[in-house]
Amino acid sequence: MPKANVTFEDIGVTVTVPAGTRLIEISEKVGAGITYGCREGECGTCMMKIVSGMENMTERSVLEDKVLQENMAGRHHRLACQAQVLGGEVVVRPG
Amino acid sequence: MTPPVDPVELAKGVYWIGALDQGLREFDVILKTANGTSYNAYCVRGSAGVAVIDTVKESHAANFFARLEAVARYDEIAAIILNHLEPDHTGALPELMRRAPQARLYISFKAQIMLKGLLKSEEATQNLAFTPVDTGDSVFLGDRTLRFLHTPYLHWPDTQCTWLEEEGFLFSGDVFGCHFCDPRLFNDKTGDFRFSFEYYYQHIMRPFREHVLAALDLIEPLDIKLIAPAHGPILRDAPANYVRRYRQLAAPQLANEADGDKTLLIFYISAYGNTARMAQAIRDGAEEIPGVRVSMYDLQGGEVTPFVDLVEAADAIVFGSPTINGDAVKPVWDLLSSLAVVNVKDKLGGAFGSYGWSGEAVTMLEDRMRGLKLRVPVKGVKVKLIPTDAELDLCRAFGRDLGLHLTGRAARRVISMEELNKEYANA
Repeated sequence: MPKANVTFEDIGVTVTVPAGTRLIEISEKVGAGITYGCREGECGTCMMKIVSGMENMTERSVLEDKVLQENMAGRHHRLACQAQVLGGEVVVRPG
Repeated sequence: MTPPVDPVELAKGVYWIGALDQGLREFDVILKTANGTSYNAYCVRGSAGVAVIDTVKESHAANFFARLEAVARYDEIAAIILNHLEPDHTGALPELMRRAPQARLYISFKAQIMLKGLLKSEEATQNLAFTPVDTGDSVFLGDRTLRFLHTPYLHWPDTQCTWLEEEGFLFSGDVFGCHFCDPRLFNDKTGDFRFSFEYYYQHIMRPFREHVLAALDLIEPLDIKLIAPAHGPILRDAPANYVRRYRQLAAPQLANEADGDKTLLIFYISAYGNTARMAQAIRDGAEEIPGVRVSMYDLQGGEVTPFVDLVEAADAIVFGSPTINGDAVKPVWDLLSSLAVVNVKDKLGGAFGSYGWSGEAVTMLEDRMRGLKLRVPVKGVKVKLIPTDAELDLCRAFGRDLGLHLTGRAARRVISMEELNKEYANA
């Protein structure tokens, strides 16, 4: 199965994960600072910044895009409860 | 004292049209208001139209409209300026928009996402005419100019100030405001409200200290004749004193003597001395790292407020608590629940503690710190009852790891998902 490396910049940890893994599945276990509210892509609490590797993430869904827009997110932001990694290297931090 | 029924003139054609809420004793659940509060709104008449600056809480809308009607007709209103969209200042907005449909709204860029949520009704949001504004943007009322200052996070992301250039009046929103209701309105006439001014800063503005300093950089160069805040007395006597006081409140009081070192504070409490011994070992470990200055505080011997001051200035905070009845003990929670008044985002956090039957406290404290947006990069240390020498070594290692992260010298850890799942299951 293809793998991806996700680095949580705030705590200095890289996790090797199967492609398709959602960030929410990793970040809490590893103790990163991304916090969650609804966990269903509606509240925007888990907004994170993709420091690098956006091209290795799934596209935004219509729902995620709407929530990000409502929160005036920049193009480097995603919701950790929605975004999945596809492969390669991804670096994220809370925010 | 009878509240003024009429609008109050601040200068020719500039009026206070707000409302007084003398009976209020608690604001937004979090603030005591011994003297009630006021919702200050203002009307500025120019040769080419009228601007209304802010409104009032919905329950007090009748007073606001009565005062507005005494100084302007609805069809004269060209601009509605909202310095802050919180409901105590926008409660009368939907009705004002209904009565003055030609008026254009001027709000900050960040206020845009809040506006529709605030208006709710389809009638109000259809054909909504608003202009987002930034520092330097203006509204011209013929012979009068209202200029905007972008002052976000004072205390919401949307906040801004409006400067009436020709008069030297600053409509400041919540900045320089306080919850103090006095019908005499002006600071040279009201009772002594200084405690409210300080209390308001400490509870509302302090978490946004950096933003206060940035706003003061914009405000201080202005030749201010009068500050018209959204709550409390209008500051026409020596307004510069209040600006200066904000600078003092927002700036560090004593120079931090850490001299470039990163500061790590250990707050602990210990029933039998076990958590205290862990604290000492963590301190010893952290102090091995060059550039880290460690301080230790026994929560049992102190009060919360001065500890909050310490946390505000620290780079890292580490909490030690025994687990009693499956929880961290109250003095630790008391401090952690008091940190909303300071900015702790991105500080480094950690937790440790001794326990008897179960050791939930450490994980609970870590979760709380993450919730407060601290970084918690090193897994906390839990020790069953009395720490052994080997366990004290673990505490020293924990302290060293915290110090390495604090100084940016920690090695990046690489772990597989399988290993992570195992660690998580065993935690």
